[in-house]
Amino acid sequence: MTADRRQGPPRALIGAAAASAALSLIPLVYLGVRVVDAGAGAVAEILVRPRTLQTVGTSVALVVVVVGGCLIVGLPIAAILARLSLPLRRVWLVLVALPLAIPSYVAAYAWLAQFPAMSGFWAAALVLSLVSMPYVVIPVVAALRSADPDAEDVARTLGRTPVRAFCTATLPQAWPAAAAGSLLVALYVLSDFGAVALFRVDAFTRTIYATYRASFDRTGAAVLALVLVALAAALVLAERRVRGRAHRYRTSAGAGRSASAAAAGRLPTAGALALIAGYVGLAIVVPVGSLLARLAEGSRRPLDPLELVSATAGSVGASVLGATVAVGLALPVGVLAARYRGRVVSGIETVAYTGHALPGVVVGLSLVFFTLAVLPALYQTLATLAFAYAILFLPKAIGATRSAVAAVPPALEQTARTLGHGPVGAWTATTLRLSWPGIAAGGLLVLLTAMKELPATLMLRPTGFDTLATELWSRTELAAYGAAAPYALALVALAAVPAWLLSHALTRSVRTSSPLVAAERATVEPVATVAS
Amino acid sequence: MTALHVEQVSASYGRTTVLDALSLHVASGEVVAVLGASGSGKTTLLRVLVGFLRPAAGQVRFGDRVVASAGNWVPPESRRVGIVPQEGALFPHRDVAGNVGFGLPRRSGARIEEMLELVGLPGLGRRRPQELSGGQQQRVALARALAPEPEVLCLDEPFSALDAELRVRLRTEVREVLSATGTTTVLVTHDQEEAMSFADTVAVIRDGVVVQVGSPAQVYSEPVDLLTARFVGTAVELDTFEVRDGLARTALAVVEVPGALDGARGVVVLRPEQLRLSAATDAAPSNGTVASFRYHGHDSLVQVAVDGSGMVTVRAAGAASARPGDRVRVEVVGPGRLLDPAPAGGDSCVDDDSR
Repeated sequence: MTADRRQGPPRALIGAAAASAALSLIPLVYLGVRVVDAGAGAVAEILVRPRTLQTVGTSVALVVVVVGGCLIVGLPIAAILARLSLPLRRVWLVLVALPLAIPSYVAAYAWLAQFPAMSGFWAAALVLSLVSMPYVVIPVVAALRSADPDAEDVARTLGRTPVRAFCTATLPQAWPAAAAGSLLVALYVLSDFGAVALFRVDAFTRTIYATYRASFDRTGAAVLALVLVALAAALVLAERRVRGRAHRYRTSAGAGRSASAAAAGRLPTAGALALIAGYVGLAIVVPVGSLLARLAEGSRRPLDPLELVSATAGSVGASVLGATVAVGLALPVGVLAARYRGRVVSGIETVAYTGHALPGVVVGLSLVFFTLAVLPALYQTLATLAFAYAILFLPKAIGATRSAVAAVPPALEQTARTLGHGPVGAWTATTLRLSWPGIAAGGLLVLLTAMKELPATLMLRPTGFDTLATELWSRTELAAYGAAAPYALALVALAAVPAWLLSHALTRSVRTSSPLVAAERATVEPVATVAS
Repeated sequence: MTALHVEQVSASYGRTTVLDALSLHVASGEVVAVLGASGSGKTTLLRVLVGFLRPAAGQVRFGDRVVASAGNWVPPESRRVGIVPQEGALFPHRDVAGNVGFGLPRRSGARIEEMLELVGLPGLGRRRPQELSGGQQQRVALARALAPEPEVLCLDEPFSALDAELRVRLRTEVREVLSATGTTTVLVTHDQEEAMSFADTVAVIRDGVVVQVGSPAQVYSEPVDLLTARFVGTAVELDTFEVRDGLARTALAVVEVPGALDGARGVVVLRPEQLRLSAATDAAPSNGTVASFRYHGHDSLVQVAVDGSGMVTVRAAGAASARPGDRVRVEVVGPGRLLDPAPAGGDSCVDDDSR
């Protein structure tokens, strides 16, 4: 019954999906409009400013250093976790994924609170490397585990030692995963606002925010933002290409046997443990320890529980709205992508994934301009903030919806039609009925991610409206480290949920299919869902 | 009781024409197997019948009721058509009774139980689909499709996912159920044996047209062309030297070819069971050499290189005592069919006896 997708999709579905895609283009298009309005001369002048070139240089250097660090440390960690039988192997797997639960600005704040002298490029590079390492480690572990072990066995019979057989036969099967992971790290670093802002590194995001705050130099900020988007888009495209190639490495469709973990000698085991423990120490123990220490010390200004409660309520409220909008926008796109093929379909899906290449600071900036110029009534309202969240995290919601719907065989819906149900009734009774847990999981994931969002929240929130992230931010800016600790811990606790699910999926089985886990996997492989 | 009429139906996906003015008529209560290789258009035909695909031209009628034509298209839910998809496609979120009752009004408990009894699963209404074996799932799918008393039932290779023994058993049972309900049925399959043992009538479909309709025996012993002959079973092909008085002279023997005109050219097609192996005598000298031998238990297939001609396949009962290299005599029993040589690149060639 697969021939179904060769027929065109219903018009209403295409229309709704195209509307979603168009909405998600607003920030990008409006930035473009502003830049074009400014005129070529003004844009060129901004582009060749020494400060612009410096910003590009700093951001690119930061990306290169962090990606390099993640590969040099992350690949050995992944190889060890995939193939050595370490004591407490599952625990280490969970711990290594956990840094994903620490938003960059929380990690930066924690390090700053412990070592107030930290500042500048290398401090940011260290913290960003620690935080984004899982983007390399997790996919590479997964790739190594699902790699066909027969190739390695054959290499052994052809005279390779175990280590050389691993390096020549198995490791190459993980290159695409490593490359894709590196590109995710690069995208993360490029988009990151919190860490570079706290360590005062003049990378793109900080410069854009400063330009916007200081002078309200809209054209300058808009031009920089577009350059940033161009870089991010290049990374997204590169990642997509790498993912596409990754599929060719999977050779056989036979029963999935994975390589068993090998026991190593005492000395190598100790070395491996030291490496992983060292990473976990720096990435989790130091920041969490610092947070707990600050919490214990307390602050001159005692914690107002009411403020914490209201900030939490603010985070939850805005995120729930954002997640609701995101699911609404994602539904037609996800259904379309799950059931149909073709140029129009993949075009709509690609456009709807725009948010993936839009750093939060860019969406914030553009929607500030847009609401001020076009819809002043919506300037700094909860509605605009929710819309920003929806666009930024739409890819997560689409990925979840798409995989949930794709998991329901079309034959069910078609059979329901022959049993007397109309198109909508048949869809509701079968496809929607079976896929809603996955769709809801996507919404939950958007909700959890939106709660951590900082730059767009700073720019778009209504006056006097606070979230956990903004409260942490304003206290850290005042170096009120003790007062910031409760907010930071609350954020880590929230962010731990998706990170835990992800590592849970890894430790159990590569094919676990709980809806939340599937949704979270779809985020680590965001573009894979488009490319496949 | 409803007859099914498919008249001159064409269908295409984009620029690819899949059905090319195809016609097929199924009498009321008849079971027809649409037999075709993959890509022949059989699944597309099924989708047109059920109403998942609008034909580009032509007409489909259930009895006197037009369900698809140029100006008229009845959606699946209003057609009174049932379908049993390939792997059952039971609704995983409903129990067995919920599945069987899906197309029935509420409170049809008695009808559901009646259907479950019909398919031999009484009392299993509360089971989840996941708790059933593959064969049980297909029976539930059949009960679900038959419950609203469809005018036409479509079976989309419903036995292909089952193992060999179960497949044969379930086929027989389903056939009995259909005979009991008298439902007009179209079975779509690529499995010759399934088509022949299940259906009253076999319609062979190729490149979007029906090339032959007939009883299973007719299609097997009187195929219309060489590709069909090869598709519905193992074909023994002998070049003809001369055709005269209804007899064709070949390298192996003189074969009766009823209806062939004097001077006709072509290939004589026989079935392996029409060939007999015997020891050579002075009166009947050997005419071939055994090339290979495959033992199947109930019979054996012997490949013989015929002197001055190609290879033929002989079906011998039980374990024939032939060894590669043996000189043997091959004799022909019964009439053959004189057919045009196959066009080059014919892809429907199935040279194995898939049993």
